[in-house]
Amino acid sequence: MLSLLMLLLPLVGMLLIRMVSDKKSAARVALLLSFLPLAATIWHATMFDPNGGMQFVFDKWWVESMGISFKVGMDGLSLLMVLLTNVLVPIIIFSTFDRDIVDFKNFYSLIFLMQFALVGVFTSLDGFLFYIFWELALLPIWFICLLWGGADRIRITLKFFIYTLSGSLFMLVALIYLYLQTPLPHTFSLDSFYELALTPSQQGWIFWGFFLAFAIKIPIFPLHTWQPDTYTNAPTQGTMLLSGIMLKMGLYGIIRWMVPVIPAGIAEWAWLAMGLSVVGIVYASAMAIAQKDFKRLIAYSSIAHVGLIAAGIFSMNMMGMQGAVFQMLSHGVNAVGLFFIADILIDRYGNREMKDMGGIAHVSSPFAITFTIILLGSVALPLTNGFIGEFMLLNGVFQYSGWLALFAGLTVIFGAVYMLRAYQRIMLGEAGEASKSFKALTSNEKILLYIIVALVIVNGVYPKPLLDIAGPSLSAILAKAGVVSM
Amino acid sequence: MNILIALTIIGVIAMLSEILRFRKVLYPLALTGLAAGLVLCALEWGSNIRYFHDMMFMDNYAIAFSMVMIGTTFIWFLLNPAYLRNHEHEADYTALITFSLAGAVVMVSFADLTMLFLGIEILSIAMYIMAASNKMELRSNESGFKYFMLGAFATGFLLFGIALIYGVTGTFNLQELAGFVSANKANLPGMFYAGLLLMIVGLTFKISAAPFHFWAPDVYEGAPTPVTAYMATVVKTAAFAAFLRLFMTCFSGIADWWAPMLAIFSAISMLAGNILAVYQKSLKRMLAYSSISHAGYMLMAIVAMNQNSDGALLLYTAAYAIGSISIFTLLVSMTTNGNEMINSLRGFSSVNKIPAILITITMLSLAGIPPVAGIFAKYYVFLSAIESGYTWLVLVGVLSSLIGVYYYFRIIIAMFQPADRESTQIQFSNSQNVVLWLTVILSLILGFMPGFLTGSI
Repeated sequence: MLSLLMLLLPLVGMLLIRMVSDKKSAARVALLLSFLPLAATIWHATMFDPNGGMQFVFDKWWVESMGISFKVGMDGLSLLMVLLTNVLVPIIIFSTFDRDIVDFKNFYSLIFLMQFALVGVFTSLDGFLFYIFWELALLPIWFICLLWGGADRIRITLKFFIYTLSGSLFMLVALIYLYLQTPLPHTFSLDSFYELALTPSQQGWIFWGFFLAFAIKIPIFPLHTWQPDTYTNAPTQGTMLLSGIMLKMGLYGIIRWMVPVIPAGIAEWAWLAMGLSVVGIVYASAMAIAQKDFKRLIAYSSIAHVGLIAAGIFSMNMMGMQGAVFQMLSHGVNAVGLFFIADILIDRYGNREMKDMGGIAHVSSPFAITFTIILLGSVALPLTNGFIGEFMLLNGVFQYSGWLALFAGLTVIFGAVYMLRAYQRIMLGEAGEASKSFKALTSNEKILLYIIVALVIVNGVYPKPLLDIAGPSLSAILAKAGVVSM
Repeated sequence: MNILIALTIIGVIAMLSEILRFRKVLYPLALTGLAAGLVLCALEWGSNIRYFHDMMFMDNYAIAFSMVMIGTTFIWFLLNPAYLRNHEHEADYTALITFSLAGAVVMVSFADLTMLFLGIEILSIAMYIMAASNKMELRSNESGFKYFMLGAFATGFLLFGIALIYGVTGTFNLQELAGFVSANKANLPGMFYAGLLLMIVGLTFKISAAPFHFWAPDVYEGAPTPVTAYMATVVKTAAFAAFLRLFMTCFSGIADWWAPMLAIFSAISMLAGNILAVYQKSLKRMLAYSSISHAGYMLMAIVAMNQNSDGALLLYTAAYAIGSISIFTLLVSMTTNGNEMINSLRGFSSVNKIPAILITITMLSLAGIPPVAGIFAKYYVFLSAIESGYTWLVLVGVLSSLIGVYYYFRIIIAMFQPADRESTQIQFSNSQNVVLWLTVILSLILGFMPGFLTGSI
């Protein structure tokens, strides 16, 4: 019952925000409303027992004749993902404070609808329900990109929509297949999927159904082609939702729906999935080095980072899993921070070309310091959140194959190359005409950057609480996959 | 059975209204009659009575489909008061539509091949006239003529098929036919299969599935838009329900012979319909092609031929009818303006904010995106097809529905674009707004509680 309440709170926000007609107060009200789900999540976290398995379960038949139930609940993994969502959504709403949003009611409503769908994805324990939320999450973000996006938005958003939808339809076929394998009366419940005795060849096919959906969403090379355009063209808040939370749906999906259900399928194809991830890391890093547009650079760096996360998951060991979950959280925070910095730059310069910038460090030191810290988090310097995740991920990949880990490790080196180069071009050097008149950060912008910096450092210095929450549920998942963890 | 009598009475009253000069009250009368018909239908639920020496059989299957069709017709009347009122032939139109609905009810409740034929003819002849009813318009005449010529030809095939099958089995009765087929499964003569093939051709034409779909775009485009709306919804539902009823009762034992053929028809329909729809600039023609592709999906339920087929088809036809009616509401207003181009929709949402959102929701249903009715309809057909081992067909369906998303979303995108030179102002009447709300509520109900339809039969 409790988790249902938490799930429905964003919908309350979605309805209430429509009653506010003044733009300035709408942003504040939206922020307040977004605190409700966050408060509920923290409340859940205080009651949460890491070793208690699935908790706060709400289970009711939805369509009984088809074996579809409305079953939601949280274990450590879900809780962390929900926490990420509900922490980032207030930050994303906060980032609109000093910006002029046209048609703001619909904008905030869509963000809340998105939040609802995301929390649904991270908590559903029924295959069909998962699919419904998965698809539902696509609609609001599509509208956000379509209605508030950049110049070429129609073509780009349509490509984005059809690309991701194609993946999820294959997932639907895989889910139906699993459903038909369950004993009569068939059900979509995750628990019944665990019980299935599937032959390796069946699992191989199901692997591809799921993998297409998740790989497109993450995105894994070579299915990433929708991503750079969409990220660049979307409004900042849309990009934050996409990179901060939405791509985690794919990674979460692999851990929740693939690892315990079709371990043999993963064992058969992991070499390919990891190979693609690692190729993606190298490719996207190289692309990021070549970018002149800062937002596009972050988009490519995102592909590189999530490639490593995916590789860590497919290595199927505890270290890789732990690292993946931790890095999902870190990447969410860091990506939102970087895109917010990009948003500030776009706001000040009116374009995204790095060559027009430079020397901002002389003008605005708070901006320079916060940018540095977030950037270091992104390139995985020790004592930042990025380091913990990437270290564990590389360790996990190494346990699978040393060669892959060697190439995957390039992400850290390349990351430093493109990020520091970008920093140098944007912040250092002589301040040009445009940079001299760089408008100082508003207090709202400062607060937001400080919050992100705090998250980067705190998680980097003391990651234990988050790892403790995730640990038992991850080893339970691995145990279902037949992997004995430490 | 009562519903058939009620419908006939409404039709006769409609014809008399011209002579006895009570045409003004005809419209409310027809609406009340249909609503009463819906209740009559519901009252017969579970009675399973056979009528006229087993010529008709009112089982739950027949009643469920009848209710879908009567409900759709009711909404159709709500949608088109202007079309009916502004013509001097209001009485004729009302009568023809009710008679064709009576034909449709016969088509879903037949227990005898002669009744199937009669039902199809009652429905079709009324529709031939309606297609050509805009008689000063060349395209409408062309549409009616084409529909009549090709339709008559297809009915000829069907009749020839019935005759051949009668020649082999010596009976028109579905039960006896089913008994004959299951008893002689191994050694059915070639003449039987020839008859079956001819019947498939005739029925495939009626459901406008590929490769017998070539009439549909021209007929749909030429006919007056309200008539097109009726053809795309009620006529299609009736044809599919008849198709499934016949094959489920009689020929499910020899599915190995005909199902692969229909599976190929279904695949071609989905692909051809969706691909051709992408290239259309006129919304009406686009809907014609999209209806061909939907025929492909519904055909999947017949191909699967298992215990889920009837529920799947019922849900699909209902979801499809609801979605289509909603978008035809838009199209009817566009036709009034004389501009059916998709591009003319630009700027629509700035004037009609709420209708734009409502149409978007039903469009999502047609495209098969949660949480509206369409996704459950698609899911259910896919499910029954996979259950019968047609996974390849489902994969074709998945691919073609992606193409479908492309053109449905073109409409949504157009609606939410700023207005430009090509835009036209579209105004909705009150009754049209009611229809939009009704369709959205119905699709949401089906989206959240699909079980109450699929579990019903």
